[in-house]
Amino acid sequence: MELHQLTIKEAQERLRTKKFSSLELVKSCLGRIKKLDSKINAFITVCEKEALEGAKKADKIISHQSPVISHQSLLGIPIAVKDIFCTKGIKTTAGSKVLEDYIPVYDSTVVKRLKDVGAIILGKTNMDAWAHGSSGENSDFGATRNPWDFEYVPGGSSSGSAAALAADMALLATGTDTGGSIRLPASFCSLVGLKPTYGRVSRYGIIAMASSLDSIGHFTKNITDSAIILNITAGQDSYDATTPRVPVPDYTKNLKKGIKGLKIGIPKEYFIKGLNKEMEKKVKETIKRLEKLGARLVNISLPHTEYALAVYYIIQPSEVSSNLARYDGIRFGFSRDRFADEARRRIMLGTYALSAGYYEAYYLKAMQVRSLIKKDFDEAFKKVDVLMAPVSPTLPFKLGEKVNDPLQMYLSDIFTVTANLAGIPGLSIPIGFIPSASSGQALPVGIQILGPQFSEEILFQVGYAYEQETKWYKQKLNL
Amino acid sequence: MKKTQKLTEEEVVHMAKLAGLTLTPKEVKKFQKQLSEVLDYIEILKKVKTKGVESTSQVTGLESVFREDKVAGPSLSQKEVLSGSKSTHNGMFKTKAIFE
Repeated sequence: MELHQLTIKEAQERLRTKKFSSLELVKSCLGRIKKLDSKINAFITVCEKEALEGAKKADKIISHQSPVISHQSLLGIPIAVKDIFCTKGIKTTAGSKVLEDYIPVYDSTVVKRLKDVGAIILGKTNMDAWAHGSSGENSDFGATRNPWDFEYVPGGSSSGSAAALAADMALLATGTDTGGSIRLPASFCSLVGLKPTYGRVSRYGIIAMASSLDSIGHFTKNITDSAIILNITAGQDSYDATTPRVPVPDYTKNLKKGIKGLKIGIPKEYFIKGLNKEMEKKVKETIKRLEKLGARLVNISLPHTEYALAVYYIIQPSEVSSNLARYDGIRFGFSRDRFADEARRRIMLGTYALSAGYYEAYYLKAMQVRSLIKKDFDEAFKKVDVLMAPVSPTLPFKLGEKVNDPLQMYLSDIFTVTANLAGIPGLSIPIGFIPSASSGQALPVGIQILGPQFSEEILFQVGYAYEQETKWYKQKLNL
Repeated sequence: MKKTQKLTEEEVVHMAKLAGLTLTPKEVKKFQKQLSEVLDYIEILKKVKTKGVESTSQVTGLESVFREDKVAGPSLSQKEVLSGSKSTHNGMFKTKAIFE
């Protein structure tokens, strides 16, 4: 096994016991980037010099410390950061030419927390500009390719983060999920992707897309790593008033609790016509497998599901039009002439929905239906502990397949936007591979586990129980 | 999909103006079609009865989040704040004139 293929937990233990150095680990990841990124285009910026310096510093600290205790849990671990997180002194573009030369003078809270525990930033990852997109193709810096098959999209908007981790270019990649931008790419790239509860992780210093929906999460190779990272990023932040004082448990503590007697709801509205048949079969097999592990299956209805995408495509562009109004090219970045098509579509759509005479018909109506969608989940979680559903209706699609039809692209998010509207957490986990109809190439499939607000611990328990049975993350790309 | 005229070309031009965007005539036509299709899709919400339903804007139920009225900590220096700007004057941002 090569160093870049390790999980965070494996690397932590081996760095601490000095099996190898941080410099060797960082060099191994940088080597992957050099070898593959001209084809995959996962990074917008690579900070090679700074990363190597950081590794040497980490090694110095490690050489002085006991092999038993580490005070900094990610000391010497190389990570990739989505280019929407402000990083002090490192260019942050949000995937847009408007911010092509923007160098923040402060760190986002998540980046600060990761740096404080010793993580080393390898670079900033590619993404759909302003996080608008489901494929990565809306990046102003070129599309990212799916490492499992370069003809296919990695999913978006956190396209570069997912591709970088799937290709073992880093041990962790951060992401944001406003309507599925972590869960969809995680499922397209065979990764664990966590969208936490709204407000569980601070949004401070992350370029805002739709402020009532934006959730800050991450991609990891397995469940244990996902819990390790949430332990670091979760919690109240005085710079983001939407982070409540809800206690942060040790998410790694009860991973092995098992799922005996756990009630899993199967929402019938997520198994509709148009869902890829083979994916449906895989998703159902996965749920059956959990039943064998002791879970109880319950059929559930979330009656307002069919309205979720329409609600999302009012609320989200409305908030986008407001958030993107600040980019005037005066204080930083370039002028508004540089906004590309997708941002312009959403700005105009939002401006229209919020304009005089239309506000009640569109925005207010959407906010009311949002309440009904949330209530569906509240009712469901009185009967079950978690829900399990497909992440998207289709397998990864080919580059270019949906770019000229925005509405078709929007439909990729039909199963993910609901969690953002209800503010609940969602965990996307790999459940295997299906050969694509056109090329026969095996493409990854995922499933999402949804729970009540602040139930991340239970989602990890379910994911962990399944992962022990299958260990899809051990299936490595041959690149 | 049926041809839709939900949004007129004039409305597209007006929205672009309100949002500070400039469009070519060809782009106006393209966006008129694409945005109208999305608005058509959104029509589905008309089927939902929402009389008396409260709207949700803060999803975890937080209200009136206050902090103590004191300076939270050191802030950025003037130099740092201006570091990203292409147009400054005497330590300030320089903008276009608002009045003729």
